[in-house]
Amino acid sequence: MESIRNFSIIAHIDHGKSTLADRLIQHAGVVEARVFKDQILDSMDIERERGITIKSQAITLPYRGTDNNDYVLNLIDTPGHVDFSYEVSRSLASCEGVLLLIDASQGVQAQTVANLYLAMEHNLEIIPVINKIDLPTADVTRTMEQIDAELGLDPYRSLICSAKTGTGIEEILEAIVHRIPPPKGNNDEPLAALIFDAAYDAFRGTIISCRIFDGTARNGDIIRFMHNEMTYRVEEVGRFLLSRQKRDRLSAGDVGYIIAGVKTVSDVKIGDTITIDTKPCSRPLPGFKEAKPVVFASIYPIASDDYEDLAIALEKYTLNDASFTYQKDSSVALGQGFRCGFLGLLHLDIVQERLEREYDLSIILSVPSVRYRFTLKNGDVVDIDNPAYYPDTATIEKSEEPYIRATMMFPERYLGAVMKLCREKRGDNSTLNYPSPERVELVFEMPLGEVIYDFYDRLKTITQGYGSFDYDVIDYRESDLALLDILVNGDKVDALAQIVHRGNARTRGLRACEKLKEEIPRQMFKIAIQGAVGGQIISRTTISPFRKDVIAKCYGGDITRKRKLLEKQKKGKKRMKMIGSVAIPQSAFVAVLKSDSE
Amino acid sequence: MSCRSGLSHNPGLYIHVPFCRSKCRYCGFYSVTSVDAIPGYIEALCNEMEMYQGIFGTFDTVYFGGGTPTVLPPHTIETILAGVRKSFALTDNPEITVEANPQDLDMTMLTSLFDCGVNRLNIGVQSFNDDILSFLGRRHTVATVRSALDNARLVGFTNIGIDLMYAIPHQSIEEWFATLDQALMAAPEHISCYELTIDTGTPLKIELESGAISLPDEDLQFDFFIKTSERLENAGYVHYEVSNFAGKLNLASRHNRKYWDHIPYLGLGPSAHSFLHNRRWWNHRSLSRYLDDLHKAKKPVEETEALTDDQLCLEALSLGLRTKKGINLTDFKMKYHVDLLREKNDMLARLKDEGLIDIENGILSPTRFGLAVADTLPLI
Ligand SMILES: Nc1nc2c(ncn2[C@@H]2O[C@H](COP(=O)(O)OP(=O)(O)OP(=O)(O)O)[C@@H](O)[C@H]2O)c(=O)[nH]1
Ligand code: SF4
Ligand SMILES: [Mg+2]
Repeated sequence: MESIRNFSIIAHIDHGKSTLADRLIQHAGVVEARVFKDQILDSMDIERERGITIKSQAITLPYRGTDNNDYVLNLIDTPGHVDFSYEVSRSLASCEGVLLLIDASQGVQAQTVANLYLAMEHNLEIIPVINKIDLPTADVTRTMEQIDAELGLDPYRSLICSAKTGTGIEEILEAIVHRIPPPKGNNDEPLAALIFDAAYDAFRGTIISCRIFDGTARNGDIIRFMHNEMTYRVEEVGRFLLSRQKRDRLSAGDVGYIIAGVKTVSDVKIGDTITIDTKPCSRPLPGFKEAKPVVFASIYPIASDDYEDLAIALEKYTLNDASFTYQKDSSVALGQGFRCGFLGLLHLDIVQERLEREYDLSIILSVPSVRYRFTLKNGDVVDIDNPAYYPDTATIEKSEEPYIRATMMFPERYLGAVMKLCREKRGDNSTLNYPSPERVELVFEMPLGEVIYDFYDRLKTITQGYGSFDYDVIDYRESDLALLDILVNGDKVDALAQIVHRGNARTRGLRACEKLKEEIPRQMFKIAIQGAVGGQIISRTTISPFRKDVIAKCYGGDITRKRKLLEKQKKGKKRMKMIGSVAIPQSAFVAVLKSDSE
Repeated sequence: MSCRSGLSHNPGLYIHVPFCRSKCRYCGFYSVTSVDAIPGYIEALCNEMEMYQGIFGTFDTVYFGGGTPTVLPPHTIETILAGVRKSFALTDNPEITVEANPQDLDMTMLTSLFDCGVNRLNIGVQSFNDDILSFLGRRHTVATVRSALDNARLVGFTNIGIDLMYAIPHQSIEEWFATLDQALMAAPEHISCYELTIDTGTPLKIELESGAISLPDEDLQFDFFIKTSERLENAGYVHYEVSNFAGKLNLASRHNRKYWDHIPYLGLGPSAHSFLHNRRWWNHRSLSRYLDDLHKAKKPVEETEALTDDQLCLEALSLGLRTKKGINLTDFKMKYHVDLLREKNDMLARLKDEGLIDIENGILSPTRFGLAVADTLPLI
C-alpha cells in the first residue's frame, strides 16, 4: 500500500487535463505507440467529437521513481465543464491528492477555483501545475501571482509543464510519489469498498468501479451491497488499464473494478459501500452528496411503442451517469415519458445523445425548465419544474423562482459589457473584486432560468474567450411568472410550453415562434404557430406549405431510386414527433429556448 | 389478383437503345454518339433475349426507348422485333412503341417502322419554338416536327404521343402555352409534359452553377404544372399521371402503366431495369460492360434487389399516388395488410381538407394539386 498513489487531475475546462494524462500514460509505457491517440482517456465517441471530457476515467500506471522504488499510480482524469462537476467530486473521494492544472496563457479561471475548493473539502494534497508553457502567450510569472493571490497556494510549490511537448513530466511524477501520501487502510479489516461509478455490460452484468478503503476483494467472495443487503459472488476483480486487467485481488488503497454478475441494475448504487457478507464492516463509508439537478425536461420516445425500451435504457444509463435523475411523467401531446433532472444544458444535450447512440433510441426532450415554487391561496407550497403542472392562476398567491450566485472572472476591460449582459438577465446585487491587477471577479445574483441556456456562451463571446463562470443556487425569490403556451395549428403542445417571467413573455413568445419556424420543415399544408399567455395570443408565425415537389419522370429505371429516397425520408421522419398532422423535429424542443445568435 | 379497370396484367418488354446522334445540353442519360457499335449491340441484344426465354409469359407491349431508337438504320427495329418474336410470345394485339427524334422520321423510316408492326410513336418534340430547341441543344427544328407529324399520319400511324418540355430558363407561361396550342393543333393521342431537369455534368448544369441561367422558382414551377394540367384537360385530355396526358383513357401508354402498377417488365439493353414478382434488377449502364458480359454469355446484370413486403408497399403507395387512378384501398389492404384509412385517418382527412387528395368509392387518388406534391404524399 505504501507504493500506491491515488490522484485526480482537475482544472478549468480545456486547461489540458486529458493531454497531461496522455503524457503520463506514455511515460509509463502501457500503450503501444501504434494504438496511441491524443486524449486517449476520452474514450467515448461523443467526447472525441466534442473535444471535451464528459466522464471521469481511471487508469492504473506503473512508475519507477528516481529512488528506484516501484509505484502504482491510480490516475483519474476528470471533466472540466461545470455541468460535470459531480464527476469530479466523486473522483476526489477515491484520492489522496490532486494535480490542479492551470493554463499558463489563461491563468486561474472560475472552475480552477471551484475545483480547488472541492479538493480542499476532501482534505487532499494539492499540487498546482502550470501547463501549456510552450504557448507564446504563456505567462508563468503572472500565473504564479494568481496561484498566490487567487488560490492562496504557495506558488513556489507549483510545477511547470507542457502537456503537449512533454516538458516537466518527470518532475510531476516525482512530485506525485513524494508529495501525495499513500492511501491509509487496512487489509485485515472487513472489506469497505466505495462504488464511484459503474457501467452495464450485456454479457457480464454491471461493471462496478470502486476504491477499496479497507480489506480485500477476490474471486469467489460473497459481497454485500450495504444499501439493500443484496449479495453476489465475485466473478472477477481487476484494475483499469486502457481495458480491464484481471487480478487475483483488490486490496486496501486500490482503485479497480468488481464484476459479480449483477444484472439487477437497481442493486448497484453509486456511493454505496460493498462489503463481505460473512464479515461485514460496521458501517458504510460516507458516500456522496446527491447530485442536485437544476434543469428539468421530459424525455419521450418518438414511437410510443418504445416506452419500455426507454425505461430499461434509463435504468442502465443512470449507472453510468450518477448525476442524472428521472421519474415517470406523461404528456398530452407526447404520451408516456420521464421527467428528468440535469446539471445543466450541456449535460442534457449529452444525455440525449448518449441515450440515442448507446441504446439506439429516438427520443424527444421537452423544453427545459428550472424548478419554480408556488404558494397557493390555500397555503400549500408546490415546487414545479414541469410547465404541464402550472397551477391554475386563480389559485396562486405567490410565485417564486430560483436564484443563483454567479461568479465570473475575466479581464477588467470587459467589465462594462459583462455588466450589461448580467442586467439584461435580470441580475442584481453585484459585487466586484480585483483579485489581481487588471482582473475582476464579478459576483451577481441572477435568476437561474435566465442563465441556463446561453449565458455561458454569450459570456465567452463577450469576453473573447477570457471569461469564466461558476454558480451556486442560493435561494428562491418572488417573481411575476406566467405560463407561455405554444400552439401548433391550434393544438396546444404541452411539451413546448415554458414558465417565464411575465416581463419576458412577449419576447420569449416571439423567439419561440421564430425558432420553431426555422426548425419545423415546410409541409404540404400551412402550419400556424402561436404563442399564448392565459389564452391570449401574444405571438404568431406561419410556415407556408410547399406546393410543388414532384419530379417529372418515374419509369422503370426510376422506381428503385425513388423508393430509396422515400425510405431515407421516412427514416428522417421517424425522428420527428407528429403533433396532429405536423411533424416536429427533435431539435425544435430545445431550440425554443435559444436566443438568436448575435 | 382481380383485373381492375380492364387493364391487362401481361408483362411489358422494354428495349433500351443507347445511341444518340448528338447530346442534348441538359441530358446526362447514358447514351453514346458513335454508331459504330450498333451491329455488336444488335447481336448482344438478341443474345440477351434468349437468356430470358420462358421466364416472363406473354408480352402485350414492346417499347423501344433510349437514347434515340430512330438513330438505328431503317429495318434494324424490324430485325430486333424478329428476335423478340423468336424468343418471346406476344399477344395478338401488342402495343409496340418507338421513341423517335423528329429529325429521323422521314418517309423511309416511318414506312419501315409501320410495316414491321410498330403501332405507336412517341416523338421527342420538346418545343414548338426554335430558340428553345436550340437552347436545349436539340438537333431538330419546328419545321421538322411538323413534317414528321404529317408524314406519320400519312403513313398510317393512329397512335402518336409527343413529349414536351417546360419550365425552361427564360420561358414564360405565355410562351409555353403557345407551344401547347401548337401541340393541340396536331391532335396527338398522347402528350407527355416534363419539367426541364438538368443533369449533373451537362453544359446547362455548368451554366446553372455559374449563374448564367436560372430555373423557375417553386411558385412558378407550381403555376406551370397546374396551368398545364388545366389547359390540357380543358382540351379534352386526361391527366392520368404526373407528366402524362391521354386523349382518352384507353390511349394512355399501355407500356408505361405497367411501371406504375407493379406489373412485371423485362428490360433489355444497357441500363434497362426489369421487375418480376418481388425482384428488380438492372443492367450495366456502360455499353462496353454490357457487350463484354454478353460476349461471355453472362447476363449483363449490374445489381439485383429483392423487395420486402414493406418496400413493395411503399412503392405501391408512391406509384399509386402519382396516377389519377389512385389506390384501391381494399386491394391495398388485402395485399399489404395496411389499412390506410384507419392508420392514416387524421393525415388523410387533413390532406383532403387541403384539396390534395380525394377519397371516393374506396379509391384514394391525388387531385391536380396533389399530383404537384406527389413526391411527398407517400410520406403520410
Ligand atoms: N500548446 C499546448 N496546448 C495544450 C497543452 N495541453 C493541452 N493542450 C491543448 O489544449 C486543448 C485542451 O486539452 P485537453 O487535454 O482536452 O483539456 P482538458 O482539460 O482535458 O479539457 P476538458 O476535459 O474538456 O475539461 C487541446 O487542444 C490540447 O491539445 C500544452 O501543454 N500546450
Ligand atoms: S435527351 Fe434524349 S436525345 Fe437528347 S441526348 Fe438525352 S437521350 Fe439523347
Ligand atoms: Mg479532458
